Amino acid sequence: MTAGLMPAPPLLAVDDLHVDFSTRNGIVKAVRGVSLNVAEGETLGVVGESGSGKSVTAFAVTRLLEASGRITGGHIRFRGQDITRASSSQLRSLHGAAVSMIFQNPRAALNPIRTVGLQLADAINAHEQVSAGEGRRRALELLKSVLIRDPEQRLDAYPHELSGGMCQRVMIAMAIAGKPSLLIADEPTTGLDVTTQKTVMDLVARIITERGMSMILITHDLGLAARYCQRVMVMEQGKVVEEATPRTLFSQPAHPYTKRLVAASPTATSTIADLAPGEGVNPRATRAGDDTDSKPTPGTPPLLEVQNLVKRYDRGVVAVDDVSFQIAAGESLGLVGESGSGKSTISRLVCRLIDASEGQILFDGQSIGGQPARSFHASPVRKDIQIVFQDPTESLNPRYNAFECIAHPLRRLLAMKDGAALTARVRECATRTGLPLDLLERFPHQLSGGQKARVGIARAIACRPRLLILDEPTAALDVSVQAIILQLLDSLRRQDGLSLLFVSHDLNVVRMMCERIVVLRLGKIVEIGSNETIFRDASNPYTRELIDAVLNISDHRQG
Amino acid sequence: MKLGATATRAGRRFISSLPALFGVVVFTFLLMRVLPGDPAVFFASGPQAGPEEIAMIRKQMGLDKPVPQQLLLYLGDLSQGNLGRSLTTGQPVLADLRNRLPASLELTLTALLIALLTAVPLGIAAALRPGSAVDHLVRFICALGVCVPTFVSGLLLIYVFYYLLGLAPDPTGRIDIFLSQPPRITGFLLIDFALAGDWEGWSAAARQLVLPALTMALFVVAPLARMTRASMLASLGSDFIRTAKSLGLSSRKIIVTYALRNAILPVLTIAGIVFSTMLGANVLVEKVFSWPGVASYALDALLSSDYAPVQGFVLLMAAIFVFVNLTVDVLYGIADPRVSVE
Repeated sequence: MTAGLMPAPPLLAVDDLHVDFSTRNGIVKAVRGVSLNVAEGETLGVVGESGSGKSVTAFAVTRLLEASGRITGGHIRFRGQDITRASSSQLRSLHGAAVSMIFQNPRAALNPIRTVGLQLADAINAHEQVSAGEGRRRALELLKSVLIRDPEQRLDAYPHELSGGMCQRVMIAMAIAGKPSLLIADEPTTGLDVTTQKTVMDLVARIITERGMSMILITHDLGLAARYCQRVMVMEQGKVVEEATPRTLFSQPAHPYTKRLVAASPTATSTIADLAPGEGVNPRATRAGDDTDSKPTPGTPPLLEVQNLVKRYDRGVVAVDDVSFQIAAGESLGLVGESGSGKSTISRLVCRLIDASEGQILFDGQSIGGQPARSFHASPVRKDIQIVFQDPTESLNPRYNAFECIAHPLRRLLAMKDGAALTARVRECATRTGLPLDLLERFPHQLSGGQKARVGIARAIACRPRLLILDEPTAALDVSVQAIILQLLDSLRRQDGLSLLFVSHDLNVVRMMCERIVVLRLGKIVEIGSNETIFRDASNPYTRELIDAVLNISDHRQG
Repeated sequence: MKLGATATRAGRRFISSLPALFGVVVFTFLLMRVLPGDPAVFFASGPQAGPEEIAMIRKQMGLDKPVPQQLLLYLGDLSQGNLGRSLTTGQPVLADLRNRLPASLELTLTALLIALLTAVPLGIAAALRPGSAVDHLVRFICALGVCVPTFVSGLLLIYVFYYLLGLAPDPTGRIDIFLSQPPRITGFLLIDFALAGDWEGWSAAARQLVLPALTMALFVVAPLARMTRASMLASLGSDFIRTAKSLGLSSRKIIVTYALRNAILPVLTIAGIVFSTMLGANVLVEKVFSWPGVASYALDALLSSDYAPVQGFVLLMAAIFVFVNLTVDVLYGIADPRVSVE
């Protein structure tokens, strides 16, 4: 970067870093010999899946590891100064003023019972003494620099009164309060809406450039890294496996892990089969909509018909506002929209977990809205409509092992008794979802995220439902696991002629999985149309905005 | 707007607690009637009193009427603020309670203050270094405080500080009988002495108060310290503390302004519960130190089958419980901006 004769030392130089965690099950080596450099003004991306050690590396660099983590080897130099063993007072003067961080889950990262203005003033006060009035004035300036709406009012707001995106802006404002030269962003947009993700990242990138700062962007999202970083480092199991410019990395990945990761990331053109080549469950799993056998025969009534559905909550909140759509037998319908769009509420209404305020839900031509949600478990239709929940951990009973989880609906809904038939059925479901049979004895906490997702799917298909509702089924999973789960769902659907109601915020995933798409905003349908129409020529500006906000690595992939 | 919301919530809570208060009144009334022991027999002139005399006393007390009618009469009296008359003291129960409640409140409040001033720092110290010697020491103190019953620790304190060291005055009530009482304004001796400007009397009253208050405090340090430790640990482990560290805030600011203010909310709830419990359960301490409080008054009345004081006492306790909960609610609403949203 610097064109002088004497190359200046990099802003941050990490050399052969090792970090250990002492856990109940012994020492875990989380980072095993990571070296990295960040030059002045440079943005380095660190990508990898959960457990790759990318966040631990960041927390080790800033010396914010939790008590059980320890740096066991290597050096961290900031502007040439070794800070590996820096004292806490040295660290205090570095934190915020030289290196600062922004975090995943911005709302939790802010003090819930202190106003935004005071927290910003705290961040300023940490490195220079300013009066309360001056602190407030500077806090307002910072809020303006992160382009928050109505900055004056936000000064006296508490974090719970702000949206996730606004909380992240406040966090960014706090991070730049001490005028640091390096910003470490740890999954800064995870959990935010797609359009918010883009505006927040654009803001960060602009601030970095304007202030001549460097950044380390830690993310699991290759699209994000491709767009905002000059250099990208791929980590796997505590080690750096590859490092290159985004263009090289995504067009010619050298390491097999990078290849898998790049393949598994959904893009604007990828198909289900592309995601994990060689691991395809069904060779016929190609692009959704290509298949003719899943097209409904004209004239048959739709499997599910939703008419003028309304869901009102107390205090006049209308979560779902006059929504109507149909799903044919064997069809896959996607519900997309940002948080607050009502997509999860619709999935719960259709699954009859909650009652609608108005409107009709017809299943197989027969109204199922009449029976209250509280007693719907006794309805004969219950076994025909099943749901897979977003969080694979929270949605499994921690006291049931995998076998019991899958057997539960069989016992309750099909009144199956313990015995060979039940065991055979559970094992069949496990096999179909790719869950190794020896894992059936395990409890949820002994399973990985992907395995838990499989248990959740196996449980949902145990009663051979005709409509499967998928509420963000892969949102909590790593991309490589997501790829396999998506393939699994797609093949199950094709084999059983299942209808899917697929709720997701990820447009690329919905595009691959669904033939028709419903775009929701604030409880209303914005647009409804086939996969191709929506993606090729969306008529609605909101839909357009959603599609444009998706960060793709495909530009780089095609070189 | 914020305060208005808090007031509305407090008002709603108060109204919703009225049925519970009513239930307590009826339940205590019936319970007293079910308990063995006939007050008429108890208050008859002597063991040789004839059945006529007992029947007359019974009639005087209205005990010859059917229980439902007695209940209605009692409720009617209550609605006029008449809690009945104590047969043991011969005074109206309301007057008795009014005389004795300040003694109990003064003792309990002092004990709670001592307990909080000890427990919160101990809890913080333990949470800052979990697993360290400090943590284990705090755990030991807490276990000790809970294990030793108050009448034992009270006697122990009297033995050491009064009998062995002679530091404390004799454990006979709120004030030395030879000292003159301050003019009664609030009933709290410390406050009344201070208002009268009698500092000698104030320190005498304070010296009387120390041992019983310590005895009670010892017993409740444990729940408060454990709760402080647990919520402080949770608070210190939360994301916003990590944020504060990443911004280079001073450790005082992090511990006090960020961690403690968040951690104190559950401690507040526990303190409210502990206070209500102490007020009713401090009868042992009152007995050991001859403290003229409401709890020992109620116990004496119970032992002599004196209905009215016991009913009055239970009603008072229930009302205080409601009041304390309301106060905690309001404080919570002020301390935590998220509460009013719900």
